[in-house]
Amino acid sequence: MTDEQHVDPVIEADLPTGAGSAGEPPPPAAAAPPSRLATAVRGLLVPVLAVLSALVIGAIIIVLSDLTFFERLSADPGGALGDALGSVWSAYGALISGALGSPGAYVEAFASGDSDQIISAFNPISETLLAATPLIFTGLAVALGFQCGLFNIGAEGQLYVGAVAATFVGFAVTGLPWFIHLPLAVAAGFAGGAIWGFVPGILKAKTGAHEVIVTIMLNYTAYRFVEFILKLPGYQREGRSDPISKVTEASSWYPPLIEGLRANWGFFLGLAAVFAVSWLLFRSTKGFEFRAVGFNPSAARYAGMSIAGSTILAMMISGGLAGLAGTGIVLGITRSLTSGVSAGLGFDGIAIALMARARPRGIIFAALLFGALRAGATPMQSATGIPIDLVVVVQALVIMFVAAPALVRGIYRIRVPEATGTEVFSKGWGS
Amino acid sequence: MRTSRALAALVSAAFIFAACATAASPTPEPTVAPTAPPTVAPTAAPTASPVDWQACMVSDTGGIDDHAFNENAWKGLQDAQAKLGIEIKFLESRDESDFEKNINQFLSEGCEMIVTVGFLLGDATKVGAEANPDVRFAIVDFAYDPAIPNVEGLVYATNEAAMLAGYASAAWSKTHVLGTFGGINIGGPVTDFMDGLVAGAHYYDKTTGSKTTVLGWDPVTKTGSFTGDFASIDNGKTLSLGFLDENADVILGVGGQIGQGAFAAIEERGVTGVGLGVDVDWYVSVPQYKSLILTSILKKIDISVTAAVEHAFKGEPALPVYVSTLANGGVDLGPFHDYDSQISAETKAALEDLKAKIISGEVKVSDYFAAP
Repeated sequence: MTDEQHVDPVIEADLPTGAGSAGEPPPPAAAAPPSRLATAVRGLLVPVLAVLSALVIGAIIIVLSDLTFFERLSADPGGALGDALGSVWSAYGALISGALGSPGAYVEAFASGDSDQIISAFNPISETLLAATPLIFTGLAVALGFQCGLFNIGAEGQLYVGAVAATFVGFAVTGLPWFIHLPLAVAAGFAGGAIWGFVPGILKAKTGAHEVIVTIMLNYTAYRFVEFILKLPGYQREGRSDPISKVTEASSWYPPLIEGLRANWGFFLGLAAVFAVSWLLFRSTKGFEFRAVGFNPSAARYAGMSIAGSTILAMMISGGLAGLAGTGIVLGITRSLTSGVSAGLGFDGIAIALMARARPRGIIFAALLFGALRAGATPMQSATGIPIDLVVVVQALVIMFVAAPALVRGIYRIRVPEATGTEVFSKGWGS
Repeated sequence: MRTSRALAALVSAAFIFAACATAASPTPEPTVAPTAPPTVAPTAAPTASPVDWQACMVSDTGGIDDHAFNENAWKGLQDAQAKLGIEIKFLESRDESDFEKNINQFLSEGCEMIVTVGFLLGDATKVGAEANPDVRFAIVDFAYDPAIPNVEGLVYATNEAAMLAGYASAAWSKTHVLGTFGGINIGGPVTDFMDGLVAGAHYYDKTTGSKTTVLGWDPVTKTGSFTGDFASIDNGKTLSLGFLDENADVILGVGGQIGQGAFAAIEERGVTGVGLGVDVDWYVSVPQYKSLILTSILKKIDISVTAAVEHAFKGEPALPVYVSTLANGGVDLGPFHDYDSQISAETKAALEDLKAKIISGEVKVSDYFAAP
């Protein structure tokens, strides 16, 4: 193992203490003048500016989508611009207070001392955490793939198969206490996703079939599988002719963080998954193999690592994580399965992994950002009539700016940091 | 928060009025009074003074401007607003996990009534309604058994209107072969149309002694042709080409996109055939095929939504099930438009007669499921 320790400066950059050498004390930090803090700040600069730029463009879209703006601009430029700023202000105000809560509501709630009111003041944050939960899992699933040189576009399908399995355990198993039933259902979700990830894994390992193609196709297979299974007697709810599953037992649901709010312990399972994946990738031998295979398969094979084994295992874990996202929905939000529980959460996972640059801990922040946007979009639409699609546009712009850091650096005239090397995930596209 | 409520209501009302004004007249005389604050257009408001009573709608994932379901329900709320002077607003759902969130949002905003559009919202509506017995709900295309006291379930006897369409189709058909298919076999909302078409053809055969074949659906065994989705025009076209190969000359595709596939197939073959529209008058909403549209089976969601809002507004108890029928005008046969001259006067008289008999209960759609 020690031979491979300096195989790759990019991989090493993630683990300054030198992972992979289990048991060995970490070598003293080799006097790195650009401190970790400075690196972290520089790393955050592009994402933060990307979000900022996306919000600015979103504001322009808000203004331009007001049909009366141009008419008024010629008649009363000052008033029109004032109103335009006003509508952007109220839209983003509603978006932010819908995602984080409004200071007024917190003050009022705590001043009143009424516990119901305090709980409802925290509802926006609860909604943000709830929306972020499945995104953490799908983001993590895609990021893990990236780290292993695999581009898993199939998180959506894996999510659905995981949801099918978790729902089944949720309603078919009865009479168990929650601390047994919930883990069982969650494990079933992981297993379902892992099975859906195993297929492209083994096809890639044994036949060379490209995982991008296979996972895309398996998404469609998963959609049809869900439609099929939702019409099966025994799975379909009694008395319903539309495709909907039975209701899962309450003992299989993620318990709420606070009674009265929808956010649940699924979020903390997501955080735990982040740290588990982080440990797996950067602190375990297996993870080192994953990344070595991802970075340079030939070198990894030469070093005696099993490419087939790594590929299959990585795809299974990736699929399992996406399956956990499915449990976040059916055991945390909808309580039953229908064919439309996810409108692209698996694909949002790709965006989140890109934004986090495939770093597990970055996933938390990216998922929270997307979750906040989604949570805030509802009150924004209700208060100002601006369509929820604006949030999708903002998300897309964030991705665009993050994926093209040169664009952000150009706009804000940031000097290109010296020798950043290639992004890890970019390896996943062609290998 | 309470104090700002009135202000918020005023602002949202201004937005709605402004939106109405621009939608109604794209060029609202810009020369008039440029100094007046343009967001407030009180002259355009059809109502006198807004009442502090909010009816709020949660759409399903199709979006508010889907030219069908959601748009129709929203029109129902707009009509209710014009009639009662209430406030209305909507939230779109992006995916099915949004339903509960959107309902909660409206609950937190103090909506007096929440209208949810589509059976997909069945679970989320139930949760919201049971937790908030003081708030009135109405749900389109769904009813609860047992009923929930504060929910009005809006369902549609589209089979009655479809039976008229089946009769008219059988009368028009030269080959005496009709074809029908659906998107996904989700039961009532889809198959009621197909049931009605078959029943209408059978009724025509019984009263005139002819022999009409309907391909694609058997109302007795509840089996037939489905594309497997609602989105693919191509899938609808493929099935329709099959029907045309078997000599069908009237095709009913139950679904927005897939139904258009039927017209695409007829157009491609260049045969003398027609199709039927569903839910709304396709002569208006799908004008590219208007020369091929015999008639449409109308499901007037807007009328039922307006009625449900009125019930709630007047403080009447919620009906467990509000069925839109030919009798109350909630479903109907659309106009024949370009084909009006090809439908004989006696067919039209027979349609009126059949309609009267369905309304009076003399004719039941289900009695004509089996061939005479």
